[in-house]
Amino acid sequence: MEYPVIDKTMSVADIVGELRSGMTIGIGGWGGRRKPMALIREMVKSDLTDLTIAAYGGCDVGMLASAGKIKKLIFGFISLDVIPLEAHFRRARSAGEFEVMEVDEGMFQLGLKAAAQNLSFLPCMAGLGTDVMTYNPDIKTIENPYGEGHYVAMPAIKLDVALCHVSEADKLGNSYIGGPDVFFDEWFCRAADKAYLTTERIVDTPAFQEDHKIMRMPIERNLIAGVAEVPFGAHPTSNGPDYGIDVAHLKAYSATAKEGWDGYVKEYVNAADYVKTVGGADHIRSLPLPVF
Amino acid sequence: MSDYSLAELCICAGADIFRDENPEVFATLIGLVPRLGGSLAKRTFLPGLMMSDGEYYFVSEPVHVGKRNGYMPKREGRIGYERVFDLIPKGNRHAFVGPVQVDRFGQMNLSCIGDYNAPKVTMLGVRGLPGNTVNNRTSMFFGAHTSRAFVAGEVDMVSGAGYNPDRYPGGVYPPGLDHRRIVTNLCVLDFEGPNHAIRVRSLHPGVTFDEVQDNTGFDLVRPDDIPETPAPTSEQLNIIAELDPHNLRANIFKDNPSGRRAA
Repeated sequence: MEYPVIDKTMSVADIVGELRSGMTIGIGGWGGRRKPMALIREMVKSDLTDLTIAAYGGCDVGMLASAGKIKKLIFGFISLDVIPLEAHFRRARSAGEFEVMEVDEGMFQLGLKAAAQNLSFLPCMAGLGTDVMTYNPDIKTIENPYGEGHYVAMPAIKLDVALCHVSEADKLGNSYIGGPDVFFDEWFCRAADKAYLTTERIVDTPAFQEDHKIMRMPIERNLIAGVAEVPFGAHPTSNGPDYGIDVAHLKAYSATAKEGWDGYVKEYVNAADYVKTVGGADHIRSLPLPVF
Repeated sequence: MSDYSLAELCICAGADIFRDENPEVFATLIGLVPRLGGSLAKRTFLPGLMMSDGEYYFVSEPVHVGKRNGYMPKREGRIGYERVFDLIPKGNRHAFVGPVQVDRFGQMNLSCIGDYNAPKVTMLGVRGLPGNTVNNRTSMFFGAHTSRAFVAGEVDMVSGAGYNPDRYPGGVYPPGLDHRRIVTNLCVLDFEGPNHAIRVRSLHPGVTFDEVQDNTGFDLVRPDDIPETPAPTSEQLNIIAELDPHNLRANIFKDNPSGRRAA
């Protein structure tokens, strides 16, 4: 008698092969930190198009924008953290290349949480009195049903797919995030029909016995459809405590917003050996963690 | 009296924002002047002020700005982004931030300039300004007080809410809306004019009301007597030097001018 064995390991190409044009895709991490960049590069190479992207965004959004993949962007900010402004996002946004749903960062989290709870909205005060309401006429206000005043009814941000990068995962989809802030990765995964992880290391489940790890495992494994092992998969963003932001790389990348994006794609996105091309494993490991 | 720079004057004016704050206010300090101002308040008259290391931990003493050189932040708790967003509606928070534009209502812009669908200038996005402004006390720093920053009419994209009744259902302000002060290279402004109109609270040494008004795109409230922005004390200057050991404050203003402008 054979019993089922759960094994969700797959390749980066397999994960991106599951994506379809027109999908709404949420991306975990924050700005210049812990972005699933190996998946983003694979998406840039793909023929995917007309995507709705939802993110606390950085170069994930910038690269997808310059690759012409974005039909609509749901965001509160786009930043590389140590470099405040994201050049590719700025260029594409100012060129009017995609629609936007620009909301408060807290509204964004409520949108994910509403979707995660199968609610059509969650109420908040954020948004009142601002042009967030002007430019998002679909976002309604509601009367307080129990007292005075009005609330913004932040609509659910329902995702087809969520993509996140973690420090360790097992083949079942359990995962550990080594950096201090897990950001909103679990909410992206819960808001999505399917979620995929890339991980620095595939480990055996007993690796999670350690107390300090168990407190940083926010994502439930039954949300996860696939896991790919990609050492340094967040580069050029950071993945604390293993490596920091590659500021020099991001500066060079930023410069290609004006001219040279095709060259960036050719040299880095299409690189046969990405880690070697950006300077090697020792270089990435030596990148200092950002200080804010 | 010791000499002091304009940056140090602004940092002390930034600390003064917290003078009548809740003893355990959670301060979010975005930018060098807000960060050093809030840190100075914590090191002096408001030791209970809650602030972060800039990333994830509440700290029991302000972390100096710039390279850490082996210093370990004195952690006293966790304050990740999700916790920040969950706490903002609770209200005991003061956000001291640096928007790009502000208007007569105290509405702020951090999103974009020009046509919204294809902006002339794209900036960060609204970030947390919508939530901050209707839930928390808000103060601002502007390094260049000009009519391009202090705009006539309304800011290009209202990212942070203000005292504009036309923008609220029934014209009723949200109970959490509470704008406090604006520190600039010329003066300190507050919202204590009629109907929360923006008022000149103090002028930096050598600056006149007319100069401030000439660089502001809307009418400012002019009290009969406008005091001079208080000069930093030597104790404050010493603490600022500890909080900013690499002298990053020398780069806030071009050529790092004195706080006492030559007449």
